[in-house]
Amino acid sequence: MTAGGTATVSALSRRFPPVGQLTVVSLALVVIGGILMASYAPRRPPLGAPVAITVVSAVLLAASGYLVSRLRQFAWDRFFLVFRWALLAYVISAGMIGFAFVHDHTRGAPLAVVLAMLVIFALDVPLIIAFTAARYASPAQTGP
Amino acid sequence: MADVGNVQVGAAVATGAPPRPRIQVVPLRGLPVVAAIVVFVIVSIAGNWLWALTFCHVAGGALWTAIDLFVGLIVGPILGRLSIPARAEFTARFMPKMVLLMPTLVLMTLAAGFQLALKMGNLAPASPNHAWLVASYCVVGVMAVIALGVLEPANIAVLFEMRKPEPDGAVIATLMRRFVLTAGVTGVMQVATLIIMTRVATQ
Repeated sequence: MTAGGTATVSALSRRFPPVGQLTVVSLALVVIGGILMASYAPRRPPLGAPVAITVVSAVLLAASGYLVSRLRQFAWDRFFLVFRWALLAYVISAGMIGFAFVHDHTRGAPLAVVLAMLVIFALDVPLIIAFTAARYASPAQTGP
Repeated sequence: MADVGNVQVGAAVATGAPPRPRIQVVPLRGLPVVAAIVVFVIVSIAGNWLWALTFCHVAGGALWTAIDLFVGLIVGPILGRLSIPARAEFTARFMPKMVLLMPTLVLMTLAAGFQLALKMGNLAPASPNHAWLVASYCVVGVMAVIALGVLEPANIAVLFEMRKPEPDGAVIATLMRRFVLTAGVTGVMQVATLIIMTRVATQ
């Protein structure tokens, strides 16, 4: 174990763009949107607020993705290893939630909004996990 | 438990402790069990199977809440008082299991619970339970953001760090601090869940 060596200093002192924070806010927004939609079930919910929340959440996710893609000296091998397995797990999770909504006869625009939220959810969580795992790893590659 | 990851293997090696176990971030042997649970929940929802939905929601929710509180209030403080090699060995064996267990319990509880509420009419605006259920969504929402956005990434990152030949104690301590900072919030949310669910069940 290292306690104050070069590796320790570099792992903790390296500055990264606020990918984790942006993605957590994006995740929080889709959770709020999901609560809004679910609180109206089984009625048809008004879509103004959920759509606005989904758009802002998607923008934050895209910003996070952009910031990650610009990183150099980043452990991309670790990032993609974690991202793909986490993506598989959260696609299954999101698919199950989507299945419940479809099964409960959610149709049309509300279903589209729910599915958009689930897509964001299924990308947010793997992105946060993979970024957190990779930021403390030694970069084996310098680019994506 | 603040310095639970403050850490690890170097101390074990220096004191002649047994070599640390090989850490598997995701215990692959557990995946078939997870798959079986997911299939069972899907079948329960598809068939609107009352007993199975109730079982998934009650069993999953009870385990989720109990494990959360037990780990936060009992295991955590004990872990903080163990020797550093003991903490390292416990963490290395305990956290991979949590990686599989907690998301599975959460998925099982929430998916079955929503379907159960719909089937029993508790989601209808006229139901006396409607407001309580919306409150439970908010509680679960807070816990979901903390668990998925803060704790799970830290858990995975700690496990990767502990797999290194020379784990960085400072990195692990920094990541483990998240567990301490959020323990109070998740504890309060779990108690709120218990209050809400017992209200829903008795109205």
